[in-house]
Order: sequence, then C-alpha cells, then structure tokens
Amino acid sequence: MNYNIRAKDLPEQEFHYGHKACAGCGATIALRLAMKVLGERTFSALPANCMSAVSFIYPQMAFTTNAMITPFPSTAAVMSGITAGAKALGIKNFKTVGFAGDGGTADIGIQALSGAIDRGDEMVYICYDNEAYMNTGIQKSGLTPYGTKTTTTPAGENLPGSIKHKKNMFEIVAAHEISYAATASIGYPNDFLMKVNKAKNTKGTSYIHVFASCPTGWGAKTEMTVDIAKEVVDCGLWYLAEYENGEFKLNKNPKEFSSVKSYLSKQSRFKHLKEEDLEVIINHRNKKWKKIRNNWVF
Amino acid sequence: MTNNTRFVSGDEAIAMGARLARPNVISAYPITPQTIVVERLSDYIENKSLDAEFLHVESEHTAMAAAMGVSSIGARAFTATSSQGLLHMAECLHYASGARFPIVMMNANRSLAVPWSIYGDQRDSLGLLDSGWIQVYCEDAQEALDMIIQAYKIAENPEVLTPFMVNIDGFVLTHTYEPIELPEQELVDGFLPKYETLNKMSFEEPKSLCFSTSPEDNQEFKYMQDMAILKSIDVIEKTDREYGDIFGRYYYGMTENYKCEDADAVIVTLGSVCGTVRTVIDQMRDEGYKVGLLKIRYMRPFPIEDIRDIALKVSNLGVLEKNISFGYEGTVYTNVNSALSGLDLKIKTKNYVGGFGGRDISKEDIREIYIDMIENESFNNRVEYIGKECEYNEL
Repeated sequence: MNYNIRAKDLPEQEFHYGHKACAGCGATIALRLAMKVLGERTFSALPANCMSAVSFIYPQMAFTTNAMITPFPSTAAVMSGITAGAKALGIKNFKTVGFAGDGGTADIGIQALSGAIDRGDEMVYICYDNEAYMNTGIQKSGLTPYGTKTTTTPAGENLPGSIKHKKNMFEIVAAHEISYAATASIGYPNDFLMKVNKAKNTKGTSYIHVFASCPTGWGAKTEMTVDIAKEVVDCGLWYLAEYENGEFKLNKNPKEFSSVKSYLSKQSRFKHLKEEDLEVIINHRNKKWKKIRNNWVF
Repeated sequence: MTNNTRFVSGDEAIAMGARLARPNVISAYPITPQTIVVERLSDYIENKSLDAEFLHVESEHTAMAAAMGVSSIGARAFTATSSQGLLHMAECLHYASGARFPIVMMNANRSLAVPWSIYGDQRDSLGLLDSGWIQVYCEDAQEALDMIIQAYKIAENPEVLTPFMVNIDGFVLTHTYEPIELPEQELVDGFLPKYETLNKMSFEEPKSLCFSTSPEDNQEFKYMQDMAILKSIDVIEKTDREYGDIFGRYYYGMTENYKCEDADAVIVTLGSVCGTVRTVIDQMRDEGYKVGLLKIRYMRPFPIEDIRDIALKVSNLGVLEKNISFGYEGTVYTNVNSALSGLDLKIKTKNYVGGFGGRDISKEDIREIYIDMIENESFNNRVEYIGKECEYNEL
C-alpha cells in the first residue's frame, strides 16, 4: 500500500488557523499539515501546551474541527475515552487525534500514553518535539538534548546546560509492540505526510514523533525553522524511521552526515558549547547510528 | 421479600445501580474497598448483561480523564474509586466540573495515608468539597443503588450539567450484606432516558471544548457553574419525589429528619452512622430523652435551608463526622455553623469527630454524645474526639 501524499494533493481547506503562535513556529506547521491529512472526521485532544494555549482562547477558536484541551498528563487518556465513547454510540469512520509536546509526551503524559498503547486503543498520537517546555518559558524536558541551555539548565562555568541526552521515546513506544510508530521532521514534509496518512489508515494505536523547531526557545531565526528541521536529520542528530509488524525500519540513511557544528551554530541555545561538548554529542550520535545500522532494516 | 429482593453488599448494590443506568463506558482502576464494584461490572460486561465498553486504565487520574473523553462526545460515563485514588483524580475532578461533564462516580469513603488504613472515614471526599461535584452520602446499600440511578438524572439535567459523586462508607457499607429491592430495568429506562446534550463534540456541529479564557471572561464561567450547582437543589428534590412515586422509596431530598419535632438535642451527621444514631434515638426516647437526628444527604450543594429550619426548632446541635480539617475543626461542622450565621439565635453547637481509619462509632459513643449535649450548659471543647485514648504527644 502506498501512503505517499504530494503537497499539491493536499486539500486547500484549512482546519487550524487564526491562532496566536509565535512567528516561525514549527509545531503549527506540523499540526496544520497533519490536519490536512486527517481531515474533518476527527476529535483532537491537546494537553496544556503551546498549541492549546494559542488555539483555544475564548471566544476565538483556531480549530474548525472538534477539539478539546485535556489535563496535562491526560492526552492519551482523554483520547481513549473519546474513542470508547464514540464506539459505544456507534459513530463510524472517525479518528481520535492527539497533539502533545515533548514534555506532555515523554514526561508527564508517558503513563497515560503507555496505558493507551497497551490497550491498543484506536488513535493517532502525534508528539511534536521542540525539545523543552516552551509554553512555560523554555525549561528542560526529558527530550532536551545534551548541551542545551534552557532556563532550568543554565550554561555556566560548571555545567554545559543540559547534561542528559534525549529520552528514547520512539523505541519506548515501539517496545509496547504498538501497531505503528514513526519519527519525522517538519524539515521532511513529504515523509511526515506519508506517515500521518499511514497512521490514519492503521487499526489500533499509532504514534508519530515529529521534530518541530522553535525559534523562540532555540534562539534561531524565524525563517530558518524548516531548514533547521532538515539539517538535524542530515547531520544525524535526528532520524527518520518507522516501526511496524515488530520491525524497525530506517527511512533515510545518510551516506555522510552534514556538520553537527553547523547545525548547532544556528541556535543560540548551543552557542556556549565547547569542543569537548561537541565531542560528547558526536560520540553519542555515532553510537546511536551504529546500533540503528546494525539492527534496523533500511 | 419480593421477587426483586437481593442479598448483596454495598459495592454490589452500586454495580447493580450502575448497570441499570446503562453507562456507555466504564473506566476504572481498582482500589480497596471499591474493587468489588469494578469486578462485578466486568462480570456484567462479560456475561452480556451490560452493553458497555470497559477501559482498563492504568491509574485513577486516567480513569477520570477517560470518563471526560467519554462525556465530551455525549456518551454516559461511570467510574468508581476511593481514598488515595480520589485524591489522585483531584485535578480531573475540577476539570470535569468546569467542563460541565455529568460523569457519575461512586466513592468508597476511606481514610487517607499516613498512617495507612484501608478502612473508612470521610476525609477523602470531604477534602474535595470545593471541586465542583455534587456530593451525596448514603446510609445503606439500597440508598446507594437508588442514588446511582438518580445521580445520572440529576447530573444530566441541562440546567445542572454537573458531575455527581455517590459516597458510601468503606467496609461498613461496601462490604456489608443487606437485602435490597432491585428496580425493574423497564421502569429505570422510563425514569432515566438516554443522555442528550448540546455540550459535546460532534460531526454535525464541531466544537472546541475545555478552552481557556482571559481574566475578563473567566469569572462568568465560574459564576454559571456555581449557579448550576445551587439550582440543582430543586432538581434534587424533584427527582427524589419522582423516583419515590415510581419505585416507592423516598429519601426526602437534601436532608432527612428523624424525630426532630420535639427534640432537645439533635445530632447532625451523614453516611452509615445515621443507622446507629436512629437505634440510639429509639432506645433513649423509651427512657424519656427527647433526641433526634438530622441526616445530611448532600454536602454539595449544601442544605442551608434545612439546617436553618432545624435550628429554628432545636437549640442544641451536635455535628458528628468522620473527618477533621487539621488545625481547625470538622468541615461538616464549619458548613453547618456557616449556614446559621445571620440568624439571631441562641444556639449551642458542638463538633464530635471520630471513626477515623475505620474505628467503630458505637451506640455507647452516640449515647454519650447525646448525654454530653443535654447535660452540659456550655462546652469546654468546641471539638471533641470521641473515644480518644491518648493525650497530645503521648504516643
């Protein structure tokens, strides 16, 4: 089955607009594209995060489709309830969709997400990863990479910012033997669209982890949002992959990585990094890719 | 005894009530002493005597969040919990009431850690009076069953749209067997029609729910929420009468008076201990004591008018509760006293707290309370721990 969608085949209709997001927001790109694939027969659930903060300010609602804000830990929990309720009422041909950030997914929401995947509840859960708690003003989350300066991991004489690498959410989700999981980036929109489409057509639980740049939180130029999200894949600090039928599949295997230094230098959150920090980051990348290339299909 | 008489525990009565109310989805997490409720409901789904989805959630927080998802598309949700589980839900309790989702939940009243105790007191639900839920406290298994059915009718009323918590005392009610009358499904279906609401997401009329507001608008939503729960008093009274007319059992709405008319001293209390108080009243009246009971059924909305009415007749009220707000007094006592403010009455009130962590409140304890109320002109202690066995710092 071919799930590819070309950008020109997307509907002109918008499902999410008139919101108050920052200029250059990567998360709204992910949300807008995903909604164009998922369409009208959706119930969306968003926890307390940037996307809910900018989309639901009474009386101005940015979703043209059904949507609700959930408690912070409860994106997947509310989605399970919606799906079960719709099933009980005999509603057919619908998708329950979640848009949660990195903190809402990998930290406070991981228990409810694990429960939903374990039950195999019908849903498309999209984690837009901008690598920190941005809505509260750039605090470290479980998906903040090593060496990131945030307001709770300051970079100074003693610390290089965040001292932990990103939590491995994609593989944690896959370990549940989920129906379908994928990583994506707004820098590779065709790949992302295909994955959303596949998730839409998957029975059971689907999870898409999409890298979504945040100029405000990262200290990057607003016009660089998509470029940075492309470069992170090209330099190997993020990867495009899928998990289905119990197998990991790498979608893009760069022959040669582009420069990590060039990627980091476009963002002020990394500008304090020393050569030895760069070494930590590159070593960690290489270790990860060795494991991927040894174990995953590509 | 009739063909519909069953000998069941309080938990089983709750499960039977929930089945009769035909919920679309049950999301629940086990906790003693609520567990039997969800076990029975699982059995009903397995044996197809209940057509509902069962979500085996991984926490109480998710149980309530999932119930909100169910309610958000206009389906009927049921859950049950107790104690630590209720507190784990606390965030979602406020969320559900603010969203005006008429979820019905049974809470098995149980102590809160620490010290750990699986046995009953009412500190769990009384600590959450401000969460915007209607709260009723039941005296026996029959009332528990009947209240689950009434709860949906009241909660789903378009003027009310407020979630509803049915409280029964842990073990004393949840695990004690009593005969009950099981209502006919057909009659329940007539009394409680399918849930219809405009407060839902649908493809016919897409909506954004649970939105945010600016400071200019927030207070109006909270005001409307408060008005809805205040106005539910009328709906509660009317529903009780309607239920009584169909099923033959009346609970007298917000409160029930037992032998208060000529009473010199009245105990105001709630939950299963009311049964013991009634027995003591009967015994003491034989001895010539004029004593009575005001059974508080609803803590939210609070029966302010009923409390005032009793205070106009009786000038000696003892508030008995399995609860303490540390550093002050029992919360029921606070609520009763505040209902009396502004009435220019010479009235004596005292707070009797006890029954913590499952300790029995005996007939002797209640008798001593009445004697204390009658014999003492004024009280040394505003708050008295009944059956107290230690002094401060002695342990």
